[in-house]
Amino acid sequence: MSALLEVRDLEAFYGRTKALHGVSFSMTAGGITTILGANGAGKTTTLRAISRMVRTSGAIRFEGQALESRATEDVVRLGIAHAPEGRGTFVHLTVEENLKLGAWGRRQRGELAQDFERVFGYFPVLASRRRQAAGTLSGGEQQMLSVARALMLRPRLLLLDEPSLGLAPMVVREIFRILRAVNRDAGVSILLVEQNAALALDLADHVFLLETGRIVMDGPSEDLRKDDAIRRAYLGY
Amino acid sequence: MDIFIQQVVSGLATGGIYASLALALVMIYQATDVVSFCQGEMAMFSTYICWTMLNAGVSYWWAFLGTLAISFVGGIVIQRVIIRPVQHAPILTIVIVTLGLLVIFNSVAGWIWTYVQKPFPSPFPSKPFKAGNVVFGAHDLGAITVTLVVLLCIYVFFQFTPLGLAMRAAAHNPVSSRLVGIRVGWMLALGWGLAAVFGAVAGMMVAPNLTLEPNLMGGVQIYAFAAATLGGFTSPGGAVLGGFIVGVVENLVGTYVSFIGTELKFTVALAMIIVVLLVRPSGLFGTTIVKRV
Amino acid sequence: MGGRAARIVGLLALIGVACSLPFILTNFRLFQFTQVYIYAIAILGLNMLTGYNGQFSLGHGAFYAIGAYISAIMMDQWGVPYGWTIPVAGVLCLVVGFLFGLPALRLEGLYLALATFSLALAVPQILKYFEHWTGGSQGLVLSKPNAPFGLKLNPDQWLYYLTLGVLILLFWLGANLLRGRVGRAIVAIRDHHIAAEAMGVNSALYKSLIFGVSAAYTGVAGALSASVIAYVAPDSFNVFLSITLLIGAVIGGMASISGAIFGALFIQFVPNWAQDISKAAPWAIFGVFLIVFMYVMPFGIAGALRLLWIRWHRSRVALSAEPRDTAATQAPRTT
Repeated sequence: MSALLEVRDLEAFYGRTKALHGVSFSMTAGGITTILGANGAGKTTTLRAISRMVRTSGAIRFEGQALESRATEDVVRLGIAHAPEGRGTFVHLTVEENLKLGAWGRRQRGELAQDFERVFGYFPVLASRRRQAAGTLSGGEQQMLSVARALMLRPRLLLLDEPSLGLAPMVVREIFRILRAVNRDAGVSILLVEQNAALALDLADHVFLLETGRIVMDGPSEDLRKDDAIRRAYLGY
Repeated sequence: MDIFIQQVVSGLATGGIYASLALALVMIYQATDVVSFCQGEMAMFSTYICWTMLNAGVSYWWAFLGTLAISFVGGIVIQRVIIRPVQHAPILTIVIVTLGLLVIFNSVAGWIWTYVQKPFPSPFPSKPFKAGNVVFGAHDLGAITVTLVVLLCIYVFFQFTPLGLAMRAAAHNPVSSRLVGIRVGWMLALGWGLAAVFGAVAGMMVAPNLTLEPNLMGGVQIYAFAAATLGGFTSPGGAVLGGFIVGVVENLVGTYVSFIGTELKFTVALAMIIVVLLVRPSGLFGTTIVKRV
Repeated sequence: MGGRAARIVGLLALIGVACSLPFILTNFRLFQFTQVYIYAIAILGLNMLTGYNGQFSLGHGAFYAIGAYISAIMMDQWGVPYGWTIPVAGVLCLVVGFLFGLPALRLEGLYLALATFSLALAVPQILKYFEHWTGGSQGLVLSKPNAPFGLKLNPDQWLYYLTLGVLILLFWLGANLLRGRVGRAIVAIRDHHIAAEAMGVNSALYKSLIFGVSAAYTGVAGALSASVIAYVAPDSFNVFLSITLLIGAVIGGMASISGAIFGALFIQFVPNWAQDISKAAPWAIFGVFLIVFMYVMPFGIAGALRLLWIRWHRSRVALSAEPRDTAATQAPRTT
């Protein structure tokens, strides 16, 4: 089974500071992988490296294609959608315009109506606010919008950065339920950065732990969930 | 009352010209945080290009459209070739580059076409329009119409087309725009292209009144700054409205306030800028930028 | 010899060269260098406000004009000796600048730039309006002072030394100000004024004060120019002066004291070179110079020199990273 995403010896830099020290991992198509770790471990940096938002060295391959020399917008057009930290909504534009923009990177631009239907099916609250300015939505709604916008691309890989941040538990559970549905029904692979380890381990089939820019554990999430010793050592509970 | 209406219409005509140039300024500022000082000179250069075509026998409206097309391409080329290399430099550095472009355009225009004033034709009839007792200049009405048509086209473009939407997104949030696959660099180039088009419209509409010479747009540029300040540098609609207001106020003040001749009309524009900045810096329609700490 | 000593020797050497110029150059060239020193003082003033404190001023020509006219009116109307007019111009501009700085506190970035730009545009009009004092469009014709104490110098030479002296004094004072507490405070305000305030820096006070000091420097430059050129007229103080000063500040290097001198040299001599290159479109050549300079040195000449020095220093440090032994640690270090 060829890997959907392959990362080898990835180093990432903010100016002269190295944030990732030779990270290597791979993802198979259709899987859900979560990256866990403390603040500052390099989780967000890993996603930004894949989206080419930081300077890196090392190899990144998506469906066999090298990403290192591409710009962010080209990586998106290959089929990788990134719902970033802080959501990145276009606050001055309407919900509908935000979603339309989500489809901008798609090869086949047709069938927008179908995509809207699908996305509103997952997130009915967005349908009721479709002509509102995105900045007037609540935090939870903006997070849903962020995920929905990423889905409009019809991505094969979805990068999600801390979707649970600042949200009420019920909203978070809803979002994770939808992620599971999206993965199952549309076959979208998900690479998820999360602080909420319990929820993340529940959703993901694979996990790796980052500690100050290095992978310290890499394996099926089962292992981490079941092995109390490892879990307590790395996640503290 | 008749004189009042005449002066208002006349003011709207010049106001439309200020509005076009103000829109150019605001578009570039919104997308890049840079105030471009060369838009007026680029407009003057475009007007000269139109003049050259007219002199070669091209009929007016073809020359007009041709100039818009050339200006559009010119704006894109300038952004890609001259502005892009310094786009990540400090803002003042980029401002100096636009100042460099200003002097280059002004000087090259003088070199190519000399500093001798040239008459520039208006496509509208010279016979004034009469509605009851009120007399309107045909060029004034025509200029207002042209300006409104251009503004309407632009509005439709930005609000209802995918490319317009992408440009708006790129101006407000370049990072998120990249994350949806928008080539932000090219959106900026298109912005400069459109700004050049607005400038060209302003130049071609004002040249019949002022006669064509390299310093044609100097005064207009100042009024455009006043318009953009009044309406808000962060609001294209505001800049347009600001342009019309500045035009009308300038005309009315010049007509009704006796000690303000043409010299001090200028100072009126400056006074407007200062008053707006003291009372409401973000302009009538601009939004105050709230920065998260 | 230590780095600091080397710098002081270097500066003294430069001053020595500067002092010898009146005996080498023609009066005209000397006049040009005097003008360079005047611009340098004005640009340092602008740099304090815009480079170190981050308040964008597109209108410093106004303070230059105020200083020039204060000096001119004092000499012309009241027969005050030129020497006294200079500090008076400085103090008056300090007050005017401070007062201008108070409402300017409310204006950020672009808006302050627009306000100062409008001020610059209004200056010639205002000067022409108050004809009785300013001599209107005709301006005021003044006379160049003779050298005091019977020194064997012609007026141009004397003015050169006077300007050089004022330059050295003001730059020394400025360096002390900017490298000390005040300098740190205003840079902190520029970089993150909320954090600065949280640490006890009185942002409003410093911003207004630095506006005043900045205006004072530029006013002194204007006052000097009144004597050096021996003529003031409203149209010499139009918006191009403000833009020229800004160009000098950016090209020379923002937030840099030496940058003021580089910038002054640029704005004085490059337009002349441009004219030598092309009589037909000299300003186009100047514009090309501007753009090329900004490509090659986006942080100005001083910024580029700083980068070069850092790179050279880093390579020397890398070279000297050898395994330590007692002999090496006791060898004299050369930096």
